Amino acid sequence: MSQIRYTKEHEYVRVEGGEGVVGITEYAQQQLGDVVFAEAPPIGKALKRGDPAAVVESVKAASDVFAPVAGEVVAVNSEVESTPGLINEDALGRGWLFRIKLADPAELGALMDESAYADYLKTLG
Amino acid sequence: MNEAASQKTPLHALHVKLGARMAPFAGYDMPIHYPSGILAEHLHTRKAAGLFDVSHMGQALIEGPDHATVAGFLETLCPADFFNLAPGRQRYSQLLNEDGGIVDDLMATRAPGANGALRLVVNASRKAVDHALIGSRLPAGVRLTPLPEAALIALQGPMAASILARLAPGEGLERMAFMSAQSARIARVETFVSRSGYTGEDGYEISLAAAQAEGFARALLAEPDVAPVGLGARDSLRLEAGLCLYGHELEETVDPIEAALGWSIQKRRRAEGGFPGARRIQHALADGPTRLRVGVRPDGRAPAREGTEIVAPDGAPIGVVTSGGFGPSVGAPIAMGYVARALAAVGTPVGLMVRGKALGARVVALPFHPHAYYRGQARNQ
Repeated sequence: MSQIRYTKEHEYVRVEGGEGVVGITEYAQQQLGDVVFAEAPPIGKALKRGDPAAVVESVKAASDVFAPVAGEVVAVNSEVESTPGLINEDALGRGWLFRIKLADPAELGALMDESAYADYLKTLG
Repeated sequence: MNEAASQKTPLHALHVKLGARMAPFAGYDMPIHYPSGILAEHLHTRKAAGLFDVSHMGQALIEGPDHATVAGFLETLCPADFFNLAPGRQRYSQLLNEDGGIVDDLMATRAPGANGALRLVVNASRKAVDHALIGSRLPAGVRLTPLPEAALIALQGPMAASILARLAPGEGLERMAFMSAQSARIARVETFVSRSGYTGEDGYEISLAAAQAEGFARALLAEPDVAPVGLGARDSLRLEAGLCLYGHELEETVDPIEAALGWSIQKRRRAEGGFPGARRIQHALADGPTRLRVGVRPDGRAPAREGTEIVAPDGAPIGVVTSGGFGPSVGAPIAMGYVARALAAVGTPVGLMVRGKALGARVVALPFHPHAYYRGQARNQ
């Protein structure tokens, strides 16, 4: 059983057990355009909620990816670092950036669920 | 404060219909990219032909009694030799301030048969400044006429010549020399064409009446090898080609020698001077500038964006990135910037301060991607 939560900065965290898989949303990848560089945080790094954690760069611009929740980085997607275009092809799947061990699952309550995020996107036009 | 992008080019409605992502640029609402995206548009231009709307750029005519008068006037503002510009030829130059700093860069073209008229194309973001500067210096008998009703469309890429040859049979456009210009009837539209561009590829820039621009662009886009290309790929193409962009590599504090544009100052002008800031520029030509525009290649895959500090191996600041990003044809990050002359030699190792870390990089020769300009002979030479 997994649940997915979203931030206003267009990160997602898909929670599986006590861990969360973090990436950028479909909307974010569309806004960025062709992604040419992705850098995940080092394994073992302790992140606070809102810390700059990863970097995603398109031809146009660089974009920080912030930690949607606090925790320790337990895995990174080396495939997306060597093939950044995976973020455009499959942002919520093979384009994930890193996996985090949740420090406080209660933090998920501050994030948006699928329908709240869909409503939020509508407000952005 | 930035004023809203209130102006539209004659192709604005077409961009919207083609699904472009529009954004303000130099006061115009311009296409950044179309649905295929910057990467695809960039690569398409390198392998086939890209159509660019550059109607936001400032077209104007300087006219006077004869070529010597008009060329002589422009030579009081720019360091190029316009006096010896032959009919049907164009030349790249810069408008300079009194310190030899670059007010703008431009193309000046003498139409075939013209004796007393030069066509200018200047940057959109600078045209008001340029026209005011030129207008304030006009001698008696010389006038400046902006051409806001003219559209400008660039067709760039290795297939541009064969496409125009099909649409304008008998005009000989495929045999035009690089940096030459002529009138031509293309797809039943009267145009003024130069063989030049801003991508490093073979190609053309086509000036025509605004009222005919959309029909003309549609005729080009109906060709199977032509795709529309936005400002995003225009920027990555020019960066790979090592070409300067005003407001990035070029600004009022930068002189043409620092900008590595000394090739655009012909011998007679170097010797005679007579342009704004001639002393500084002649001094820089003789002794070398203190800083120089160079190409920089990061060793890794992280791009270094504009504003990134460039440091020596010991960490000392030596310059700054003026344009940086990913080169789709190079397949790696690329940048241009200014460094102290002592560290400007090709191969010099430097650091790029990205997110607090010095990333390894080295100074490389420009362009990053080889130019593919047409080097054939003009018909009448």
